[in-house]
Amino acid sequence: MSSENTVSINGQPHALPDDPRVSLLDMLRHHLGLTGTKKGCDHGQCGACTVLVNGVRINSCLTLAVMHDGDEVTTIEGLGTAENPSALQRAFVERDAYQCGYCTPGQICSATAMLDEIAAGWPSDASDSLDGPMEVSTEEIRERMSGNICRCGAYANIVDAIRDVAGEPA
Amino acid sequence: MRPFDYQRAEGIDHAGQLIAAENAVAIAGGTNLLDLMKLQVETPQTLVDVNRIGHAEIEDSDDGGLWIGALATNTDTAVHPRVKADYPVLARAILAGATQQLRNRATTGGNLCQRTRCYYFTNIDQPCNKRDPGSGCGAIDGIARLHAVLGTSDQCIATYPGDMAVALSALDATVHITSAHGKARTVPVRDFHRLPGHTPWKDNVLEPGELITGVSLPAPVEGTQIYRKVRERSSYAFALCSIAAIVEMDGDKIARADLAFGGLAHKPWHDPEVGEVLVGQKPGAKLFDKAADVLLRDARGYGENDFKIPLARRTLAAVLAEATGAEL
Ligand SMILES: Cc1cc2nc3c(=O)[nH]c(=O)nc-3n(C[C@H](O)[C@H](O)[C@H](O)COP(=O)(O)OP(=O)(O)OC[C@H]3O[C@@H](n4cnc5c(N)ncnc54)[C@H](O)[C@@H]3O)c2cc1C
Ligand code: SF4
Ligand code: FES
Ligand code: FES
Repeated sequence: MSSENTVSINGQPHALPDDPRVSLLDMLRHHLGLTGTKKGCDHGQCGACTVLVNGVRINSCLTLAVMHDGDEVTTIEGLGTAENPSALQRAFVERDAYQCGYCTPGQICSATAMLDEIAAGWPSDASDSLDGPMEVSTEEIRERMSGNICRCGAYANIVDAIRDVAGEPA
Repeated sequence: MRPFDYQRAEGIDHAGQLIAAENAVAIAGGTNLLDLMKLQVETPQTLVDVNRIGHAEIEDSDDGGLWIGALATNTDTAVHPRVKADYPVLARAILAGATQQLRNRATTGGNLCQRTRCYYFTNIDQPCNKRDPGSGCGAIDGIARLHAVLGTSDQCIATYPGDMAVALSALDATVHITSAHGKARTVPVRDFHRLPGHTPWKDNVLEPGELITGVSLPAPVEGTQIYRKVRERSSYAFALCSIAAIVEMDGDKIARADLAFGGLAHKPWHDPEVGEVLVGQKPGAKLFDKAADVLLRDARGYGENDFKIPLARRTLAAVLAEATGAEL
């Protein structure tokens, strides 16, 4: 695949939009019909639009699609399917970690990256020491997931689902 | 969002050429600029994407200090081994700001240049001298909870909202700048942001066409480094008051006190006289109060933000007590 003016979305190359105003979020939802990624605020405040770009979690509402020439984007659709869900997708179902489900794709994309960040020893504001290894405690999860707002307040079960996958007793 | 022309710069010189155009603005992480473009607070004609010009490196400098490129992300900086070991106040300040998603995109240059969170500034239906010079200031007699108590003017009482720059100010970092014609200059970070005065639309000393290439930190110093941020909730909120402190003890006396304050002014506030009151003295509640008297000697509240004056005093005492081990 040539990376000239294309972006890879869940492994498939797609041409970048002609209009530079199109956010990555709007490209996903409106141009490609990948409506798993949600728009909550469109201003970086809620995390519903969280996707992974080259493995790193970002808010897709605050970035232009044209800036992602050659990048690899993974959305909730790319993490798993109904038949073959990812460990976090399964844990969210088992723990009933949602009510309306609107924030859930963003929560799961965010948590997917967060577990990698903890494994890599990245500190958070809740970490006692800046040096690893980092814990997967409730306090750490709450701080690290603070960019994902849940209007239904399913936080307790979201934390439990993440702890299940991290192998920590909830 | 208003239509604009998108240009991707391939290097710093190319970025300089592109940015010299009329009403051209650099875009790095985009987390502040795109937010404001959606609100039509910012309406650039040309966006110059600087993400591929390099300058994302973080490396040791010859004098024992550290160079942080303008395009290094806030995450890159906060997790860098040397930042964690030698400049923990900087790692802590970055981690106390925004969210992981935002820090993954936010860059050194963009973070320094982020604009105020004043609610009148971000609402184009409201008067604001910063956004629309001469239209008045909605905040002075309005909702001013987030606003400044130090260094205000009758034109603007906005605060600089960032955390990273407060730590950079305590660390006495230097901002490296290049003009559209490739002319380089440096500015101490303490002089980079400005007070509003009669020109509140100028947040900092960058001239049109100038770009930040990076920030240099001096060689690390001894002492305890603390970043304390007081906010409305315990995560994901801007500072009401924050303090970056580097405090070194010599026996039972304070040998160094480099302090900078966020959330109180149009710039990270650094007042050398505060440190001078503390150095050479034995720490204690009385001394901390004296330091707060100096810090707040010209403080002025605007009603809703009056609480920031006692809050700054208490936060200073708490930080100094933690740094020196003194009882309050
Ligand atoms: C919901 C939310 C919460 C936040 N909370 C916090 C917080 O608690 N603490 C905090 O400190 N910040 C916070 N932020 C702000 C965030 O830190 C900034 O948006 C970010 O640092 C900006 O960096 P950027 O690279 O995305 O800048 P951009 O949006 O790309 O650019 C911002 C400005 O900087 C200019 N610029 C960028 N690079 C350069 C350069 N190299 N030279 C010259 N000019 C340049 C641009 O032209 C633009 O004017 C928050 C943001 C959001 C959306
Ligand atoms: S405080 Fe400054 S930014 Fe806010 S309304 Fe007044 S002039 Fe505008
Ligand atoms: S839609 Fe992107 S953060 Fe809310
Ligand atoms: S489940 Fe409804 S917003 Fe989170």
